[in-house]
Amino acid sequence: MVDQTGGAPMISVDIRKALGTFELNVQFQAPAGVTAVFGRSGTGKTSVIRAIAGLDRPDMGRIEIAGRVLFDQDINLPPHRRGIGVVFQDARLFPHLSVARNLTYGGRHDHDRIVELLGLGPLLTRYPAHLSGGEAQRVALGRALMSNPRILLLDEPLAALDATRKADVLPYLERLRDTVDVPMIYVSHAVSEVARLATTLVVLDAGHVVQSGPLEDVLSDPKSMRIVGVRDAGAVINAKVERHDDGDGLSVLAFDGGMISMPKVDRPVGTRMRLRVPAQDVILARLRPQQISARNVVAVRVTELDHGRGTGVAVGLRAGKTPLLARITKASLREMDLAVGDEIFAILKATAAAPENIGQGRG
Amino acid sequence: MIWSVVFLSLKVAVTATVFALPLAIWVAFVLARKTFWGKGLLDALVHFPLVLPPVVTGYGLLLVFGKQGVIGAALFDWFGATLAFRWTGAALAAAIMGFPLMVRAIRLAIEGVDQGLEEAASTLGASRARVFATVTLPLIWHGIIAGGVLGFAKALGEFGATITFAASIPGQTQTIPSAIYALLQVPGQEQAVWGLVAVSVVLALGAVGLSEWLTRRAVRR
Repeated sequence: MVDQTGGAPMISVDIRKALGTFELNVQFQAPAGVTAVFGRSGTGKTSVIRAIAGLDRPDMGRIEIAGRVLFDQDINLPPHRRGIGVVFQDARLFPHLSVARNLTYGGRHDHDRIVELLGLGPLLTRYPAHLSGGEAQRVALGRALMSNPRILLLDEPLAALDATRKADVLPYLERLRDTVDVPMIYVSHAVSEVARLATTLVVLDAGHVVQSGPLEDVLSDPKSMRIVGVRDAGAVINAKVERHDDGDGLSVLAFDGGMISMPKVDRPVGTRMRLRVPAQDVILARLRPQQISARNVVAVRVTELDHGRGTGVAVGLRAGKTPLLARITKASLREMDLAVGDEIFAILKATAAAPENIGQGRG
Repeated sequence: MIWSVVFLSLKVAVTATVFALPLAIWVAFVLARKTFWGKGLLDALVHFPLVLPPVVTGYGLLLVFGKQGVIGAALFDWFGATLAFRWTGAALAAAIMGFPLMVRAIRLAIEGVDQGLEEAASTLGASRARVFATVTLPLIWHGIIAGGVLGFAKALGEFGATITFAASIPGQTQTIPSAIYALLQVPGQEQAVWGLVAVSVVLALGAVGLSEWLTRRAVRR
């Protein structure tokens, strides 16, 4: 679904707006698919969504979606004429209308399929007061989609849900991404959601875009660690299920640059999957390690070193065509005497990709 | 005699409520949502009848809507219509006295509406008018009912402004309160007074009961 044929990008955003203490100054372009706008709270993510939806007017700039100018110095379409679906963090279902009438408020586009896709059938006669947070969010998704939007904006749709509810809704979002042909802008401060859903990543900090590009490139960029945080930083790799080893309860996945084995994944051989490899879980070695318990040793080349302010160093790596990211201490860096261009080995622990980080890759 | 008084009172109160309510909704909306120069002035003006002595309000109506008044003279010249000392005048006085009560109740309801819901409706393609009709209005329905009932009850019981502006002409402008007052001036009319008092109580209870029922119906889901 990613438009890589050139030509005009699906989404082209240039927003400038004075916002109290800081200035929002955001420019990015993105192809179709899921564009995640990532940043900590208070970095202006929601302001971006509101400007695109027409709920707030930027001071200056230009917003163009699918070849249609929604805002520039002469044009400012009102929200109801923008053809944009918005899913708000707090669902915002109409309390006086049943689920069925909430869903069709903006139209009946693809009604039956969306009800089926989001599992809304059993909820139709209920009222919003009697829905759980996750159910309400699914209804809000369905309602936005039935208005047949040119693009769907999701403003931290999972942030108000607890971990269990999140896990309930995430698979629906993935299904939408893979089956409904509507580009999405997904605002989030959770790396795990972004890593599962996004194709393009735009990283915001203090109202400015600090990085943007294909998800794999941005998340494996050592500089991303400063924004994403040490704990959450880590590359995303696209792999394919190569074989299952039932005796050991392991699955082997292949990616461009090596193999990775991990606890059995319940997917048929050949399935494309997206794995997250947290930078903290990558160990580096000068020589190919032998007789160690870790099973995943990959030959890599050092592409970048980024010295953070703390004790750690972010190390950009490349295995084949796949970028990886590791975090080591400054002491280790000194002892190993690493430099850009060095050919070394990375040990990815077999448990490196935790189950919630196993997403279905896009093929 | 009692029934003609009751009928006239109902006619005056219903007319006052029906005409004042839509205007009250609009003014309440403007006061709750808009910021503009002179907003405080409008707010004060709306509340004036609530705090002024009713007789003063009635006198003010005479000055403005009487035959010599700015608006009264124009109405007479263009339409041959007079309000002073007519039942329509009584309705106008009742409407103006009930207006602040309506606006207060409705404004409170509007301020309680989550504007995020209106934003959501607009992103789903609803124009402003449609947002108001399908989201805002249903959500403030209880406030409109409450305001309507308060205004209606006020209109039924209004005395000072009505008697000043429309007088107490039996069969024309004599509503329940002014009839009770007139009857009390004459000895031996207690029976008629009690009859009107009873009707007042029944009407008041009926109005409250109706509003309860409407509110419950609106809230039930």
